[in-house]
Amino acid sequence: MAAPILRLGCAGRRCALAGVKGASRHRRGAPNGFALNEMRVQSSMAPRPVITAQKPRKGEHEWAPVVGLEIHAQISSNSKLFSGSQVHFAAPPNSLVSFFDASLPGTLPVLNRRCVEAAVMTGLALNCRINKKSLFDRKHYFYADLPAGYQITQQRLPIAVSGILTYGVCEGNKRNQIITKTVRIKQIQLEQDSGKSLHDHPQSQTLVDLNRAGVGLLEVVMEPDMTCGEEAATAVRELQLILQALGTSQANMAEGQLRVDANISVHHPGEPFGVRTEVKNLNSARFLAKAIDYEIQRQIYELENGGEILNETRSFDSKLGCTVPMRDKEGKQDYRFMPEPNLPPLVLYDADSLPAGADSQQVVDIDYIRERLPELPSVTRDKLVQQYGMLPEHSFTLLNEVGLLAFFQSVIKETRAEPKLVTNWVLNTFLGYLKQQNLTVSESPVTPSALAELLTLLDGKVISSSAAKQVFEELWTGKGKTAAHIVSEKQLGLMQDQEALEQFCQAVMEQHPQVVTDVKNGNLRAVNKLIGLVRKATLSRADPTAIRKILEKQLSL
Amino acid sequence: MTAGDIVKITVSAGLKQGQITPTELCQKCLSLIKKTKFLNAYITVTEEVALKQAEESEKRYSKGQSLGDLDGIPFAVKDNFSTSGIETTCASNMLKGYVPPYNATVVQKLLDQGALLMGKTNLDEFAMGSGSTDGVFGPVKNPWSYSKQYREKRKQKPLRANEDSDWLITGGSSGGSAAAVSAFTCFAALGSDTGGSTRNPAALCGLVGLKPSYGLVSRHGLIPLVNSMDVPGILTRCVDDAAIILGVLAGQDPKDSTTVQDPVKPFVLPSLTDVSKLCVGIPKEYLVPELSSEVQSLWSKAADLFESQGAKVIEVSLPHTSYSIVCYHVLCTSEVASNMARFDGLEYGHRCNNDVSLEAMYAATRREGFNDVVRGRILSGNFFLLKENYENYFIKAQKVRRLIANDFMDVFNSGVDVLLTPTTLREAIPYSEFIKEDNRTRSAQDDIFTQAVNMAGLPAISVPVALSNQGLPVGLQFIGRAFCDQQLLIIAKWFEKQVQFPIIQLQELIDDYSAIIENEKFASVSLTQ
Repeated sequence: MAAPILRLGCAGRRCALAGVKGASRHRRGAPNGFALNEMRVQSSMAPRPVITAQKPRKGEHEWAPVVGLEIHAQISSNSKLFSGSQVHFAAPPNSLVSFFDASLPGTLPVLNRRCVEAAVMTGLALNCRINKKSLFDRKHYFYADLPAGYQITQQRLPIAVSGILTYGVCEGNKRNQIITKTVRIKQIQLEQDSGKSLHDHPQSQTLVDLNRAGVGLLEVVMEPDMTCGEEAATAVRELQLILQALGTSQANMAEGQLRVDANISVHHPGEPFGVRTEVKNLNSARFLAKAIDYEIQRQIYELENGGEILNETRSFDSKLGCTVPMRDKEGKQDYRFMPEPNLPPLVLYDADSLPAGADSQQVVDIDYIRERLPELPSVTRDKLVQQYGMLPEHSFTLLNEVGLLAFFQSVIKETRAEPKLVTNWVLNTFLGYLKQQNLTVSESPVTPSALAELLTLLDGKVISSSAAKQVFEELWTGKGKTAAHIVSEKQLGLMQDQEALEQFCQAVMEQHPQVVTDVKNGNLRAVNKLIGLVRKATLSRADPTAIRKILEKQLSL
Repeated sequence: MTAGDIVKITVSAGLKQGQITPTELCQKCLSLIKKTKFLNAYITVTEEVALKQAEESEKRYSKGQSLGDLDGIPFAVKDNFSTSGIETTCASNMLKGYVPPYNATVVQKLLDQGALLMGKTNLDEFAMGSGSTDGVFGPVKNPWSYSKQYREKRKQKPLRANEDSDWLITGGSSGGSAAAVSAFTCFAALGSDTGGSTRNPAALCGLVGLKPSYGLVSRHGLIPLVNSMDVPGILTRCVDDAAIILGVLAGQDPKDSTTVQDPVKPFVLPSLTDVSKLCVGIPKEYLVPELSSEVQSLWSKAADLFESQGAKVIEVSLPHTSYSIVCYHVLCTSEVASNMARFDGLEYGHRCNNDVSLEAMYAATRREGFNDVVRGRILSGNFFLLKENYENYFIKAQKVRRLIANDFMDVFNSGVDVLLTPTTLREAIPYSEFIKEDNRTRSAQDDIFTQAVNMAGLPAISVPVALSNQGLPVGLQFIGRAFCDQQLLIIAKWFEKQVQFPIIQLQELIDDYSAIIENEKFASVSLTQ
């Protein structure tokens, strides 16, 4: 039921894509427009220098920054939280709007079971206590993309509380040490998303798209257990992986499916927390880390220079790389919460409380969902370490890059090469190429099968390691040729003919008597020089190990 | 001849036997709507829709494929129920010109039974009022103002100078629906009941007014006043008609999560012959000083009637009754403030010409769109919901509401089957008298016997009992256990039969009234038993 029907309800004079003049203030709760595609930037975020906020400067008090997060994750569901309209990103404006979404008088909310299940799954994955009874509330504020004048949320009694999220931060000189940290989850609540306002400043108009109005959100509230931008960004990344593993949210920050507000304050250790500011609408992990670190530094600077921190809402200006106060007074407005009278309490069951003969379509059973939870990222990482003898930090990298784990697993499946070799190639060569060209895994010109074939050749000593690099380069820029094809075309295969190789060795020794003498005089390093010369003579097609064997035999070492 | 004689069976039997066709019946009603236009009962008359539906109904009858008792029966709907393709105004500037794209569930259910929609009836703006005097389309006049019974009594008294201001109010807020049924322009009408808005005008217009249990009938499409108390109400000329309508409307609606899931059986009303096993409670707190002596005496007689027929009649106590009005005020205005937030001029309804800024547009739109009563309630409600006031007002009011509901529970748990109370303090008063007090005062006074029922979600029915000394109807209210609507209706039917309330005589209102009433076909449909 889309815009055309909606227009009927407008007495034919105005559609939901309403033009509102002069509505140009900042927006609360959600980004105004489309975010830049930050996914790939974010993946390279891990090896950033640790910020210096915690480190006291000489002769100064030590400052302890405190960071808490409120994260809105759009629930991955076919229809909206309280209406039957579909959920799609980038559908034509106002094409996914039911009578309820447009707040036609007399319409009532009907809770989407799928959204409830998604909230329970997420709660369980974050080690929360699931409330068997939760309530819905109305939160009031006037805005053009909030048609009812209130948002239905769970302010008093949310669906899940008291959880823990564990995440790993890289530390050490080479940033190859994973330190496990935790952040407490205060609560997870179900709520409605708002529509989108597109401000057309030159014409002083605001265009409203209600496609997003009423889409289900999970608001995850994290306690202020973090101390810097990197921790926050890493915790958000871990949450993102969990949501994606559960399938409860696509959690794509670029598409606004994951949006983060950060609460930031600084104080001296042992003293009460400082006044906090809220930085809103952070829609990339990189900006999140930057905004938090900037805000911490700003607050310290303010306080050290006799200023004071206002309890205010700020936004992050990604161009200037700093936070600025949001000028509207919305942050301080009274939301006049009240119970949503049209929704009875949301009651969940477990194996013990499930009424006999209950229709499984009518009830949500927490235990049933718990038993069917998919594998979580932490378990996947442990398995990688155990199964393939991989370093923990490698398992983190594999999961952090979108699609990289699946790529790795496909290669493993199709190659005879050792897992260590595969890990090495996927994380260094393959990922290196992607990063260099700013591509995602799915955009890679090299398929898992092609890499698998290459690694099989390398593992079977058909080609040398350096030849393999050359083949990979060909595959990357390639014209659809297979690794074997490239090897034969460029004659990159290792010499398999023992006699021919022996002849090469003999010839090199004859041509370089001085080096042979050096070896015989006990300079064993000179052997390496001979090996290099043989390889050069074979145009790098010989396996150095095989050459060494022959040389050692011929020199009777 | 009594109102109770206008039984549904006669109407539908007439249709079935072909004594009158749906089109003829529809035209009779349309003609009466025109003749009684000055009552201001209807905001919109859907003549074309009704005639088209009548035509279809007629085809079904001719094929012997009638959809049931309601096929071809004219009904009216209060103008706060959404009707697809038909303007729905809530008697407010805010919704003038608003045409909903969907039908309220209750409207759809009646249409599905083949009933004919005659039009949308007048009300207080957004159903906020107890007189049907505060709508943007003007006040509704009580048909009894023009009845032979009332006029005859008045001749003994000196007439007032300004005869025009002498007409009586219908009560409200469903006054248009009540006037429509009372003036024979339809056989049933939907009202809404949040604090008594169906029962109050039913009592003042000599009709049966049923407020079903909260959760029994879908609210989907009813433009809300107070979601947690609103119930679609039914106004008819007899209890059996109300039962038939309720049978059609009741049941779970997937579009209203507050409707009960238990399957609902059709409401067949056996005639009660023996009330000796019945326990009737008389709440002592309802004997208030403002209660007119006449109503009090009729209430007392009704209690005696039950007792004389063998029922156990006992005095009971609902100790928190006196807190009901103030509690209702807080809860009602709070929900109103919230529910009215959507009327911002953006998606539908009125929008002002001011486009200086979004905020200025909101403010001007809402100032122009709502009357003082609505704006006043929004203001109070937002005050009660402020963070600093929420605990002291809203939470406390909710607690009091629970106490009021518990009062009823205690009484019913003690073995009482039904409560018998007055519906209103007195009979209908003249408009000129009514407007001496403001809307808030009137609402607080007039809802006194009806409102606690909405807080508790119980079923209640107002049944006309007798004419007052002035020749005006007086109604009494029965309150039942939650979801025992059928038992309530059975008792009401028994009572209705005992009291033999007289039919309204509108000869002086409609010049050819007797021709209509005595018209052979019409009479055989609506007046013979």
